[in-house]
Amino acid sequence: MPIEVNGKTYETDEEGYLANLSEWTPEIGEAMAKEEGTELTDAHWEVINFLREYYEEYQIAPAVRVLTKAIGKKLGKDKGNSKYLYELFPYGPGKQACKYAGLPKPTGCV
Amino acid sequence: MSDIKKFMYVNRKAPYGTIYAWESLEVVLIGAAFEQEVSMAFVDDGVYQILKGQDTTEIGVKNFSPTYSALGDYDVNKIYVEKESLEERGLTVDDLLDLKYEDEDDDWAEKDSIKVVTSKELAEILEQQEVVLSF
Repeated sequence: MPIEVNGKTYETDEEGYLANLSEWTPEIGEAMAKEEGTELTDAHWEVINFLREYYEEYQIAPAVRVLTKAIGKKLGKDKGNSKYLYELFPYGPGKQACKYAGLPKPTGCV
Repeated sequence: MSDIKKFMYVNRKAPYGTIYAWESLEVVLIGAAFEQEVSMAFVDDGVYQILKGQDTTEIGVKNFSPTYSALGDYDVNKIYVEKESLEERGLTVDDLLDLKYEDEDDDWAEKDSIKVVTSKELAEILEQQEVVLSF
């Protein structure tokens, strides 16, 4: 099901992940979130931007355990825990945040 | 989890041209989520998988070598490279990716994950494993 943002259509896979990573813009992330009933705040963007940087460096989306640890290291212990991340992304920080970040589903995520 | 097993992934093939190297890496990353004791070995042409400075633009496939640097985050920090395989290919450890991990038990000191071992030493390491998967 393709997603339409500002009159432009973008291909996604059957689970709504962006087909072409390089087409991503923050507006696409916002539109995807809105469709799932989430309004993105700065706290969401902190995680989304972190995931994009991680992907840029390692060419994979990290597993939740790895994400949690890395967020804790970068943004502080109060954010590096599952409670905080699941409050932001109740469908799973890996799955949901990666989708809004225009990344593929995390490796090992079913 | 109380039932922790020693898993070893043996990589023998060049990184591109077949899917083995990428499949192995994916399985390692997925398996690491189950908190088993994971090691990897690079033997024969498998040593090319962790070569520095890979460039795949001409062959039109994704260069996944940066992903090996994430292994430390996944607590995969026992990476054995066979000495003889390096020598036969005119390579040294300096030609390989600089793979590191942070040691939780040593105040998060950064340490090298790669260990070059002789074929005899590697045989002994393989002997100690409970599960050996060959790619």
